[in-house]
Amino acid sequence: MARVVVDVMPKPEILDPQGQAVAGALPRLGFDGVAEVRQGKHFELEVDDSVDDDTLAKIAEGFLANPVIEDWTIRRVEQ
Amino acid sequence: MTARIGVITFPGTLDDVDAVRAVQRSGAEAVPLWHADADLHGVDAVVVPGGFSYGDYLRCGAIARFAPVMTSVIDAAGTGMPVLGICNGFQILCEAGLLPGALVRNDKLHFVCRDQWLRVENNTTAWSTRYDSGAEVLIPLKSGEGGYMADDATLERLDGDGRVVFRYVGENPNGSLGDIAGIANETGRIVGLMPHPEHAIDALTGPSDDGLGMFYSALDALGVAA
Repeated sequence: MARVVVDVMPKPEILDPQGQAVAGALPRLGFDGVAEVRQGKHFELEVDDSVDDDTLAKIAEGFLANPVIEDWTIRRVEQ
Repeated sequence: MTARIGVITFPGTLDDVDAVRAVQRSGAEAVPLWHADADLHGVDAVVVPGGFSYGDYLRCGAIARFAPVMTSVIDAAGTGMPVLGICNGFQILCEAGLLPGALVRNDKLHFVCRDQWLRVENNTTAWSTRYDSGAEVLIPLKSGEGGYMADDATLERLDGDGRVVFRYVGENPNGSLGDIAGIANETGRIVGLMPHPEHAIDALTGPSDDGLGMFYSALDALGVAA
């Protein structure tokens, strides 16, 4: 088994109103100096060793992310 | 001959009952279709209604797009069967690749629920021939993730080919690029829109009966007298 992490983020040109709302709340909470917040998704997959990188790429591009509006990265992490 | 129009129910679909009612009001036979059943039961057209299929988990429409019934809808759409996606149905058709672009969270983060004026930009699609070009219609809009997004090349192609079917009139309710409320595919047989024509079929339950025209239009496209 291996742990695979897929991070999905809204593309830079796509408006991220959730991230903006978080950024807008920080000064009200007394935290200054945070210029921007972008909010995305973080997936942790436990996969068999038989699952190759091509399959992981298909999972990320075809399902976990929507390539129209999101970018994604895939990495295997040490257990 | 009576047209048979299928209405899909996914777990979490809300507006299938109103969609069935609108289909029946137009004079067609409504055929309930179940998400897990790949059989389209010989329908002539399909409505993918609104709601929160699969709880909107992952992304709106992302899981519904892989339901067995959608595999059949995608195949049938490829051979020219008219398909209408309303709200969550529009999101599902975009996720399925039947329509370009994607729907994202409203720019002001609020769920918008109001009667919305739309302008008919294209009255040649299978779902819009009953409207005058440029006509303004009053249709309920109720969605939290209705902002239409696509890259510049796609937007130019939609504009250039006249594939924007409806635009929002007045203040943009959700940040949709180009004030886009609804679009069509290349052939005009597949249409998706965020507002709900099935909620505007009579004065008793809606702000107008402007939505009925979409269902009458489909009957025209199928060559069936309404």
